[in-house]
Amino acid sequence: MSIFVVGAALPEKRYIINRAALVSYANASGDQNPIHQNEEFAISVGLENVIAHGMYTMGLVGQYVSAMAGCSSKVREFSARFTKPVVVPAGVDVELIVSATVVEVTDEIAKLELTAICNEVKVLGMAKAVILL
Amino acid sequence: MLNPDLVGRTFVGATSTTISSDSIAAFARALGEPETHLAPPTFAITISLEQSQSVLVESGLDWSRVVHGDQRFLINKQLTAGMEIFCNSTIESARVVAGNEIVTVRSDLLNGGEVAVSSWSTLVFRA
Repeated sequence: MSIFVVGAALPEKRYIINRAALVSYANASGDQNPIHQNEEFAISVGLENVIAHGMYTMGLVGQYVSAMAGCSSKVREFSARFTKPVVVPAGVDVELIVSATVVEVTDEIAKLELTAICNEVKVLGMAKAVILL
Repeated sequence: MLNPDLVGRTFVGATSTTISSDSIAAFARALGEPETHLAPPTFAITISLEQSQSVLVESGLDWSRVVHGDQRFLINKQLTAGMEIFCNSTIESARVVAGNEIVTVRSDLLNGGEVAVSSWSTLVFRA
């Protein structure tokens, strides 16, 4: 039986975010904004510390959606609001916990509402995806 | 501040990008995605954000003050290696809230004349 039933909670997945991961994402995405790599710079512009790229966090949640859908080719829509920064101190592995609830199912698609939590705080708002079944 | 006349304007990308398998693999690996030959759902940002940046910087906004507010993708066709992509960016809205300028740009990634992916980025330029 399909796991995509309205109201069903999908299994959570955990992702590790650390400084090395931010460097990899910066290189892969082309977003070399120093607030995501340089602590001194991040603090100089009023941040608590280095923060993850919002698109990195969203990208990890996209990986979760792909994993739940069975393949990234099944992801049709994906959206999120960046509500809280993910602070990444040096030498620390920050855990991102991703989960989802199925909110709508048709013959062709399922709609998911996604939750992404870091240090017990939701870091994305209004995170949703539409996947092909 | 953004010239209000620019809202609704589409900036047609003059040059194309050909997606390489290396760029997809590096992006997928950075996200811990085991399938490194398929573009992850957020891969379009590597093309769309650069174009949005050049359009908005040319329009007078200060990119060093930018924070990503929200993001949406509509994927009609998954991006794959070898695809030639043209990117058209449209400034859909601009408003000022508490001195911060909030701009939404839609980027259409076209392949063979059809929209493969549309990407909406809402960017907040802090006062």
